[in-house]
Amino acid sequence: MFESWSYESLQAYWWIIVSVVGALFVFMMFVQGGQTMLGIAKDENEKTLLINALGKKWELTFTTLVLFGGALFAAFPLFYAVSFGGAYAVWMAILFSFTLQAVSYEYRKKENNFFGSKVYEIFLFINGTVGTILIIAAIATFFSGSLFSLNGYNISTWKSPFRGLEAAFVPFNLSMAFAVFFLTRINAAAYFVSHIEHTELDTRIRKSAMKSTLLSLPFLLFFLVNLLTMHGFVLDAQRIVYLQPYAYLNALLSLGILGIGLLGLGTVLIVVGIYLLVFTKSKKAVFATGLGTTFTTLALLFTVGIGGTVYYPSVYDLQSSLTIFNSSGSRYTLVVMSYVSFLVPFVLGYIVYVWKLMDSKKLSLDSIKNEHLY
Amino acid sequence: METLIDWSRAQFALTAMYHFLFVPLTLGLSFLVAFMETLYVKTGDEKYKAMTKFWMTLFGINFAIGVATGLIMEFEFGTNWAAYSWIVGDIFGAPLAIEGILAFFLEATFFAVMFFGWDRVSKKFHLLSTWLVAIGSNLSALWILVANGWMQYPVGMSFNPDTARNEMVNFWDVILSPVAVSKFLHTVSGGYITSSLFVLGISAWFLLKGKEVWMAKKSIIVASIFGLLASLFVVATGDEAAYQVAGKQPMKLAAMEGLYKGEDGAGIVMIGVLNHAKTAENNEEPYLFEVTAPKMLSLLGYHDLNAFVPGIKELIYGDESRGIEGVAAKIERGKKAKEALAWYKKAKAEKNEVAAQEALKVFRIYEKELGYGYVEKPTNLIPPVGLVFYSFHLMVGLGIWFIALFSVTLIVSLKSDITNNRAFLKVALWSIPLGYIANEAGWVVAEVGRQPWAIQGLLPVGVAVSNIDSSMVQVTFWLFLLLFTTLLIAEIRIMTTQISLKAKGESHV
Repeated sequence: MFESWSYESLQAYWWIIVSVVGALFVFMMFVQGGQTMLGIAKDENEKTLLINALGKKWELTFTTLVLFGGALFAAFPLFYAVSFGGAYAVWMAILFSFTLQAVSYEYRKKENNFFGSKVYEIFLFINGTVGTILIIAAIATFFSGSLFSLNGYNISTWKSPFRGLEAAFVPFNLSMAFAVFFLTRINAAAYFVSHIEHTELDTRIRKSAMKSTLLSLPFLLFFLVNLLTMHGFVLDAQRIVYLQPYAYLNALLSLGILGIGLLGLGTVLIVVGIYLLVFTKSKKAVFATGLGTTFTTLALLFTVGIGGTVYYPSVYDLQSSLTIFNSSGSRYTLVVMSYVSFLVPFVLGYIVYVWKLMDSKKLSLDSIKNEHLY
Repeated sequence: METLIDWSRAQFALTAMYHFLFVPLTLGLSFLVAFMETLYVKTGDEKYKAMTKFWMTLFGINFAIGVATGLIMEFEFGTNWAAYSWIVGDIFGAPLAIEGILAFFLEATFFAVMFFGWDRVSKKFHLLSTWLVAIGSNLSALWILVANGWMQYPVGMSFNPDTARNEMVNFWDVILSPVAVSKFLHTVSGGYITSSLFVLGISAWFLLKGKEVWMAKKSIIVASIFGLLASLFVVATGDEAAYQVAGKQPMKLAAMEGLYKGEDGAGIVMIGVLNHAKTAENNEEPYLFEVTAPKMLSLLGYHDLNAFVPGIKELIYGDESRGIEGVAAKIERGKKAKEALAWYKKAKAEKNEVAAQEALKVFRIYEKELGYGYVEKPTNLIPPVGLVFYSFHLMVGLGIWFIALFSVTLIVSLKSDITNNRAFLKVALWSIPLGYIANEAGWVVAEVGRQPWAIQGLLPVGVAVSNIDSSMVQVTFWLFLLLFTTLLIAEIRIMTTQISLKAKGESHV
């Protein structure tokens, strides 16, 4: 089947898969968002409820990040080499924060845990803030660009001594990072109310979602206005990169349903989700905010990958910019991996099944008495 | 440049060695827990459930830190070995992605059921989940070891001069490589031994304290059966691994035995001390002291008592009478391949197609030795012999000890009351670290024995490394060392506390 596909189609197919994994990761970062909301708990029991609700999902988020990395390595190895090897400092900081997260759930409540519970909660907070902001700032460079060059052997040189940390000081990147940061908190709130039975906590969570929504607005507006009006990195028919005004608006429009359609639908769903969360007592808001987050992220990732623009621009040397065409695996590898991709729906299927099964009973102060505790 | 390579090596070795402190226990303990839970579901005996939950708690504590170090390892291929990621990423990336899709989600999804599902799903679904976590963990090992097997014996690819990288041409050659298969089987069985020693040792501690006697005795039987089977299996897979090394990485085999001068019917050193003044260039004796089993190295490496085993000297300088080519000639051809590739790239950039085709013809003649073109002198291809030699012998010696330990444990626990034999219980307890030491030693043999190659015969580490300031790698090295060590201390404290609490009847899960 895939053998008859053109190389370009396979490259686009793999960008779509990477985008789906990336979009699901951004949604699953509600775990990170939730880790920054432990302050709304009034006592230790409430905090334990929140942490245990997240604790059942943290590994899925972590695994989605690992798969995002693995899929990029297999399908777009030049990105793996250029970005990870170049923006060394920022990726290392992200990895540190995720390492802290990985042990914190399991160790927090255990006796004689060396640091005490508070420190593990701080680790979770660091991962939820620094981890989220840096990872989204790194992804924002898909639009704003980075400083690197490639030689004739495709070996890259990073041109900034800050090794990727410079991305965290670009207003556009920061606006996207903070907009997503608050979105992860909104998703977390939606997840909490769907998962936890606790009236008072429920009220506070919904209030917190309102705050996150209001705080996200200036960042979101700044990001959107800039995104739609900025000069973008566009490919011509000979695959020469040049700068074009309104490039991303044009790309979103040219992608139609996969661009402006998904972005619009995603935004509407997020708004609906926030309405359900803040103005009603609905416990289903997570479906709307979750799908909305996934669709919106998909639209953005499709824009840079398959919208006629480059997905990892170099502002140092435009022609070193990475496109899905110059950075992908070989045709043969993409064909092989495309067959492997048939497993993705199966994997998603059992995740959804187990998720439903495990969440059929809500988490409450009573239920955690008999459960494994984080 | 050397400093950068060394620090990058040090950081990767640090991450890999810490990661492999946690992985072996995950590989084996997941199965042991699944066996125990199967006993619970079959008998309905709540004591088996308590036993399962106790070992599951220790599994969970260990699992978390294994996940963390694993994430760092995956991304370090990009952060510290960026050129590697491009030059061989087309082949190496695929198993990593498959590992994510096939194994990690299985582990992550059913891990939640394993720990939180006791009262949320049926007994049978819970048992299935526990087995799926065990299978997922081992599948994960399969794919990463396929990738590592390819680093030892690169097959199924060809070099594309336009993209300046190796590209996969046969997926089946990569995943069914005999090196990958033997590496997987040998490594996971090593993990099963470590886990069995862990369960055996902790159970012995309970018996020494006179606590949880029923659970400890049952655990000892399960662990000693599993451990004995794994120890015997590790011998068979070790034999196959050595056979593969002899054929594909003869320099590694020579280093494992400190064999400088090749021999027909070569013996294996049972116990020995290397003479550190010995080099490939002098005539010093290779050992200060050694006890050798005659012909055994020939048998191990070539399955023939009289086979010739080449030594470091023959492999570096060649031996025409044996048909072994020296490295200097390969370096020469490698340099020609390098020049032809540069010529090809220049002609392409200048759009001179005729010159490009001429360059390509030359390149194709020498391309097999392209990697050698980056080696400065032949002796640079000798790995650190002492480290490889002692690690190999330590691993083998411990392997023999494990067979003896599990055999005796099984016999004693089935035929008499093991609780009366306090000296033996102490030996079992103090054998816990030995499994970890054997695993780490095995990895030192596999990875240090391949140096200076990142990919055997294809890509030296000096070419594979990221273009980055060495001071930055030094900073992250120390930070990782601090982080991993702190987390390891925390893990050990939490585990020992959980074990003590269980002895007091207070543990929670």
